Amino acid sequence: MENAAVAKKNKLRVGIPRALLYHKYGKLWEVFFRELGVNVVLSPETNKEIIARGARLSIDESCLSVKIFVGHIDWLKDKADAVLVPHITCLHSGEEMCVKFMALVDTVRNVFPGIKVIEYSVNAKKLETEAGSMIRLGARLAGNPFRAIAAYMKAKGAWEKSAREKKEAQAEKFAAARRGEKPLILIVAHSYTLEDNFLGRPIIDYLEKSGVCVLCSDRLDAARAREISKNISQTLYWTYHKELLGAAEYYKDSVDGMIFLTTFPCGPDALAVNLCQSKMKGIPSIIVSLDELESRVGLQTRLESFVDVINFKKCRKKK
Amino acid sequence: MPEKKVSFPHMGDYYSAFKCLVELIGRPLVPPPITKKTIELGFKYSPETVCIPFKYNLGNYIEALEAGADVICQAGGGCRFGYYAEVQEQILRRLGYEFEFFKLNNKNSVIGFIKDFKRIAPHNTYPGIIHRLALCLARIHCIDAVSDCVRKNIGFEIHPGQMEKTYRKFLEDLVWTYSLGAVFSLKNECLCQIRQIDIDKPADCLRVGVVGELYMLMEPFANFYLEKKLAQRKIEVHRFVTVSGILTEYFSGDRSVKKHLAAAHPYLTHHIGAHGTETVARANSLIKKGFDGIIHLKPFGCMPEVSAMAALNNLARDRRAPILYFSFDSQTSEAGLETRVEAFCDMLYMKQKKKKNG
Repeated sequence: MENAAVAKKNKLRVGIPRALLYHKYGKLWEVFFRELGVNVVLSPETNKEIIARGARLSIDESCLSVKIFVGHIDWLKDKADAVLVPHITCLHSGEEMCVKFMALVDTVRNVFPGIKVIEYSVNAKKLETEAGSMIRLGARLAGNPFRAIAAYMKAKGAWEKSAREKKEAQAEKFAAARRGEKPLILIVAHSYTLEDNFLGRPIIDYLEKSGVCVLCSDRLDAARAREISKNISQTLYWTYHKELLGAAEYYKDSVDGMIFLTTFPCGPDALAVNLCQSKMKGIPSIIVSLDELESRVGLQTRLESFVDVINFKKCRKKK
Repeated sequence: MPEKKVSFPHMGDYYSAFKCLVELIGRPLVPPPITKKTIELGFKYSPETVCIPFKYNLGNYIEALEAGADVICQAGGGCRFGYYAEVQEQILRRLGYEFEFFKLNNKNSVIGFIKDFKRIAPHNTYPGIIHRLALCLARIHCIDAVSDCVRKNIGFEIHPGQMEKTYRKFLEDLVWTYSLGAVFSLKNECLCQIRQIDIDKPADCLRVGVVGELYMLMEPFANFYLEKKLAQRKIEVHRFVTVSGILTEYFSGDRSVKKHLAAAHPYLTHHIGAHGTETVARANSLIKKGFDGIIHLKPFGCMPEVSAMAALNNLARDRRAPILYFSFDSQTSEAGLETRVEAFCDMLYMKQKKKKNG
């Protein structure tokens, strides 16, 4: 009887959209569902078609990141029985998430009426923890709470390991670059912008090809970054923006330039990034705002001239 | 030591309520009324993609500081509003103004709020502060009660202009009314006067609810006097977002969120932040009550209201309800708004006629 139930559950295909929080928690979700014996359908890397689908379905004024997320769900909706949409309201007490994460579940439900959504809630203000919510979700899916606990433990371990590796890689890169000749540029952006195949990655690749050493703002110890962000802004309350500003503060004395990468029209970025840029005195910086109509050529010209300015400045300093 | 001049941003007709609180700190300086110049100043110095209330506030501050203010105040809460104060302070300092910035944060409780006042204006006694707070709340309550009555009837006046005149007189008198009893009797007197004005209101007049982001709803200059435009077309306008409404929500906390989520069923399952949930809840219940149309206002890029729009779209489709969306930014023109409002009203009238004729 129980085997039959598990076998039936096994047929469930859970779709994970490769967008927004996937770029932070992807490893956690993949391992968790694999351990539970659930089939996972992962959407492909963001491409033009996904963006076009998302832009067509979303409200015009949604930010590009949400449009991409909607595009991924659209890709998944026929290929999976249910999609995973986390409902994250508050990660640490005294802080908040951008309201788009609070509304994500309802955005998906309203854009795709009738879609089956698998959600787990995290809200530090109501003592809803990630562990509690995910284990409850796992127990429901697998029909066995102990299996859910084991799966969560394993997933959390794998996630922590991959996050640590990322951080260590950046730390090594940073140490090597400080001794080297290459100019050092910090890209200040959310994980879901930096890691996206359509948004951040082409920019990072382009910069590395032009001989720049690129650091990413999301590869720093998050708690530490949030702590030092207070040097820039005392009243900032968005968790992820604290991490961005903290990274900017941490690297500000060692980098030759900063690129603020935002997705149009990101609400919190409009305030936090502008504040941060004006406090980074003496560091060359540009704000690159990405939208779904982005022409690659215009962006390339801007990056090229920025790299030129930085190289020029570095040469002059040496003389 | 000369007395400090204290200023605050405008919002709708609430300056008399803000003024009586600010008098605790120093001499109040009501900023010049919002004009085209205010918003031009705001645009010039604000980050480009920030929401438009930020720009109006900044314009108010610059004009007030030019007029000689020493202290300016800002509240906070909701989504981006909570972070306004720090960014605005930094922009104004960069422009070279010297001032004190008094930030009231909504995370504070009422007691914290009173303590904040005591800290910044130590010459006041606690009972004095509490009395002023009560007076401020009373003024807000009375302004909302009177303006609600005006909103519903002003379109149907036989001799246009009387109600507006009575309302303006009430606002002027309110500024100089300092006892709680007098404030309430002023309100009752004004309501009596308004009821005596001759109106010709058909029983089946069109009813439209305005919902959306609070600053856009409450500041008539920012929404190009939308409510007046509707009233001129003989429409009864209902609005629920008022400062007293917001304060009630704030004090009832989670309970009000739960209530709104129930009212927004089946379009929402979670609180979507700031006033987004309330927007959907109000729209849903107004349509159920048989309102003829809904108008949704928001600043460009307002995050919670954009999330609410996805739900409103479904509501409009399921219940065949007319919903008109406006998004305000620096490029929004009054003529464009006027044309769309006109078309919307014509459509509502046609719909009503069709229904009557079966």
